[in-house]
Amino acid sequence: MTAVTTALPGGTAPGHYRFRGILRSEWTKLRSVRSTFWALAVTVVAGIAIGLLASSSTASQWRHGGAVDRLIFDPTAISLTGLLFGQLAVGVLGVLVVSAEYGTGTIRVTLAAVPRRPLLLLAKVAVFGFVVLVVGEALSFAVFFLGQAVMAGSAPVAHLGQPGVTRAVVGGGLYLTVLGLFALGIATIVRHTAGAITIFAAIQLVLPLVVSAFPAKYGHPVGKFLPAVIGSSMTSTTPYGAHTSFLPSFAPWPGFALLCAYAAAALVVGAVVMVRRDA
Amino acid sequence: MIEVRGLTKHYGPTRAVDDLSFDVAPGQVTGFLGPNGSGKSTTMRMIMGLDRPDAGHVTIGGRRYHDLPWPLREVGALLEAKAIHPGRSAANHLLALAQTHDLPRRRVAEVLEEVGLASVAGRRAGRFSLGMTQRLGIAAALLGDPGVLLFDEPVNGLDPEGILWVRTLLRRLAGEGRAVLVSSHLMSEMALTADHLVVIGKGRLIADQSVAEFVARAATTVQVRSPRCPELRAALCGRGAAVDDGPGGCLLVAGMPAAAIGDLAAELGIAVHELYPRGGTLEEAFMEQTRDSVEFRAEEPGLPALSEGAR
Repeated sequence: MTAVTTALPGGTAPGHYRFRGILRSEWTKLRSVRSTFWALAVTVVAGIAIGLLASSSTASQWRHGGAVDRLIFDPTAISLTGLLFGQLAVGVLGVLVVSAEYGTGTIRVTLAAVPRRPLLLLAKVAVFGFVVLVVGEALSFAVFFLGQAVMAGSAPVAHLGQPGVTRAVVGGGLYLTVLGLFALGIATIVRHTAGAITIFAAIQLVLPLVVSAFPAKYGHPVGKFLPAVIGSSMTSTTPYGAHTSFLPSFAPWPGFALLCAYAAAALVVGAVVMVRRDA
Repeated sequence: MIEVRGLTKHYGPTRAVDDLSFDVAPGQVTGFLGPNGSGKSTTMRMIMGLDRPDAGHVTIGGRRYHDLPWPLREVGALLEAKAIHPGRSAANHLLALAQTHDLPRRRVAEVLEEVGLASVAGRRAGRFSLGMTQRLGIAAALLGDPGVLLFDEPVNGLDPEGILWVRTLLRRLAGEGRAVLVSSHLMSEMALTADHLVVIGKGRLIADQSVAEFVARAATTVQVRSPRCPELRAALCGRGAAVDDGPGGCLLVAGMPAAAIGDLAAELGIAVHELYPRGGTLEEAFMEQTRDSVEFRAEEPGLPALSEGAR
């Protein structure tokens, strides 16, 4: 066998290229561009800064709050507010993982090395998903503890042992991860950075505004399908959706399942068009 | 060994590549020639499995690209020099490729050394000059030490020193027994580099022969202008020459040297206003043979017809 592999230029090594190698390659690509660092830094800084801001302003308002405010008070959700801002940077990073390859033309170099396109997409999903999951969970737990520390003494605080609290904190990281994968799937379909970011931002920022502008009769049944509303529900311990909207929402886990379905649908469509289209 | 068979690709109503078949043999440089827009890059992308042909297929060593167990160990390609993330260093660009094929990290250093980029390995590719980018693309092609290499316009934007370097590299790679396919629209470059030529125009095969044959084919053509063309034509045909219509009502005569044509005309008392042996260089051979298949050219042959129709 060795005689054969050295006889001719190139030769043929035994076996074939494998998923493990593609994973390592995608990890190298992700860590070797600055946009990854910046997107994650913005996610973390926005998550922490806005979480602290929300926590401290809530703490100072607590004394003046009425009975209803106190009833629906959700210190967990308040500390996790910042994640819903950091999600935009995660979405942009998810888009770039795919669109930067198309934008620079490196996709042709990549597909020459990995002609099995679904395998490439799977490796991108795995590497990006893993990185965002680790960063997202670490961030979620960090802002939870920081937020509770800020509120302690001025308002009631949450503990991980209370009902739904750990679920909400873990949910924060899960939400960021699956949302990022949804953005990655959109980018696989659209292939252009600007187009994919526009669609993602429209879903996350514009649609909630549109829905809340409609009368409740029409807006509410639609609103609960929005990823942002699902995220709000996943990071709350009360069913009120603590943040920008008071739209009714799915319960956290059914909402999460729906979000996973969105991401899976975008990725499957992305994989199909990726295989069919010319690179 | 690349085998292209009946390759066809449409973009809307345009046939970018039209029933194209040719081989790229190991141990020689095959020049892939054609005017701009003739389908060279599309063909190369189809060889690499990047674009899907509407008909026909390509095999590399008997296998479709998609089915190669180690694509980069078998085929190396420089398709677009600019296909590099500007924020990624040269070394990381190559490392990411090497990792897909379990190639050792030292292989990255080796190819960077080989193309003369070792000193800028850690620099972001966005700061590279065109020539350096081109060298990085060539390094990527060489990474897996493949037996088949494709280069799409590799000397574009290079200075004379860089062009010489590429030429020497291509010759060396072929000398090592590899199959090398190089596209270019520069005939003069191919005259110095290629052993074999595949010439296409408007996606169709025009010639598939050795450089020497290609030049010879054109060198025997003589352009003849005469007020008594039909008579001269009949006489030439009678002596076994192949006669074709040339530009501006002249005759293109193949298979008979200029001197013999002149003697024949004198014998018959036919005045000859022009007797011009065409070609003899690759450039002219190419111009001659792709004349009818140039996609875009300065003069608009369609315009007179249009004004006629308007009348």
